[in-house]
Amino acid sequence: MTAVQIAALIAVAFGGTAVVLARDPARQALVASVYGLALAVLFLAFQAPDVALSQIVVGAVGLPAMIMFALRKIIRREEVDREER
Amino acid sequence: MSERLRLTVFAAGVVGFGAVLVWGLAGLPSFGDFDGRYGQYLAHAAVPERHATSAVAVTTLDFRGFDTLIEEFILFTAAVGVVVLLRVQRAGEEVPAEPDAVRRPTAHSGSLRSVITALVGPFLLLGLAIVVHGHLTPGGGFQGGVILMAALFLVYLGGTHMRLGPLRPLAATEASEGVGAAGFALIGLGGIVVAGAYLENFLPFGRVSNLVSGGDIPLLNIAVGLEVMGALLVVLGEFLDQRLLMRKGRL
Amino acid sequence: MSFLPYAVAAWLFVIGLYGIVTSRNLVHLIVCLSVVQSSTYVLLLAVGYRTNATAPIFADISTSRSVVDPIVATLTLTDVVVEATVVALLLALAVQAHRRFGTLDPNEMGALRG
Repeated sequence: MTAVQIAALIAVAFGGTAVVLARDPARQALVASVYGLALAVLFLAFQAPDVALSQIVVGAVGLPAMIMFALRKIIRREEVDREER
Repeated sequence: MSERLRLTVFAAGVVGFGAVLVWGLAGLPSFGDFDGRYGQYLAHAAVPERHATSAVAVTTLDFRGFDTLIEEFILFTAAVGVVVLLRVQRAGEEVPAEPDAVRRPTAHSGSLRSVITALVGPFLLLGLAIVVHGHLTPGGGFQGGVILMAALFLVYLGGTHMRLGPLRPLAATEASEGVGAAGFALIGLGGIVVAGAYLENFLPFGRVSNLVSGGDIPLLNIAVGLEVMGALLVVLGEFLDQRLLMRKGRL
Repeated sequence: MSFLPYAVAAWLFVIGLYGIVTSRNLVHLIVCLSVVQSSTYVLLLAVGYRTNATAPIFADISTSRSVVDPIVATLTLTDVVVEATVVALLLALAVQAHRRFGTLDPNEMGALRG
């Protein structure tokens, strides 16, 4: 195993733990974005560039964006409910 | 079940599961020693048989094209599910009344809007290049489709938007998703008509490393790209409650 | 040391499960589910790897070089994009659940009533 693979594996293990331990969803979206990048580096180290490209566009950009949009929808509904009361 | 009891059951379960998992993984061949013959045969048959240099693209769309067809329909169904969940809710609830439909700028700073608008062209080009060259280099419909979605999303970010209310989003995004999903299935039908098996590669293979090579793999890549782009745009539009793309001059 | 990839995959699975069980927020739960999914990607790619082999793209190398398995790359790359849309579906469910119960805490959500 090369040094890059070992470093990427350890980074991914720490990143996964950090994603789970970040309890606030907005903060967790940002940590998930960094975790996605670490996964992409790991996939590159495993000689799978197609998968790394997929992971970069989805896990580092698409997934955190979707989480933020869902949170925004929920927070806006809470504000509307509070105004109605 | 109280929380403490649930955590105890989980702890017991995960210890047992972890033990079985580690024992099972220890029985795998050592890391790097995998000698799967099917994979090696596919990798070394991709170039001579299909004249396409990316063995992963050939495996995705030609040798294992049926699996990709099913995955495409998972994508399609998930997007339809999001639409059903969120659009019905929006039609049923009272939307905050707007006296007249107003277009407001999405990004509030002028320089930010200029930079975002300037990035649309390069992103579109990058997405198209990755989709079309999928059979030659790493890339293809899935990756390029997400980049195309990002490019069109930048149009929304850099321009003006309008609250959606009970309106429907632009039909073209939904059409793109449907055309992509149907296109993949229909190209497979061409395989039956011409070559006798569904999804059989029936177009001429061309020369290796040409843009037009690999039979129907570039066409399938374009279909997948259209579908991924359309599905993600529809999903984003539902989450934002806003019309992502509008025709010029219309309200 | 050659067991490290499998150990990391098992660790990600277990820590994701722990996050799901002890979660207090539906959106946090869904992101932990995506961590569990990523453990399967790591396991698949680790299984298909061959020592001293290169990526299965023959655009610039000769066709006789040893390459890693392309089948696991196929499975993983379609999976990454499709699971992102499934996560979007789960987030839409979470939005609806919030609208129905007024809270995102799984412990405080009651049963669905017909």
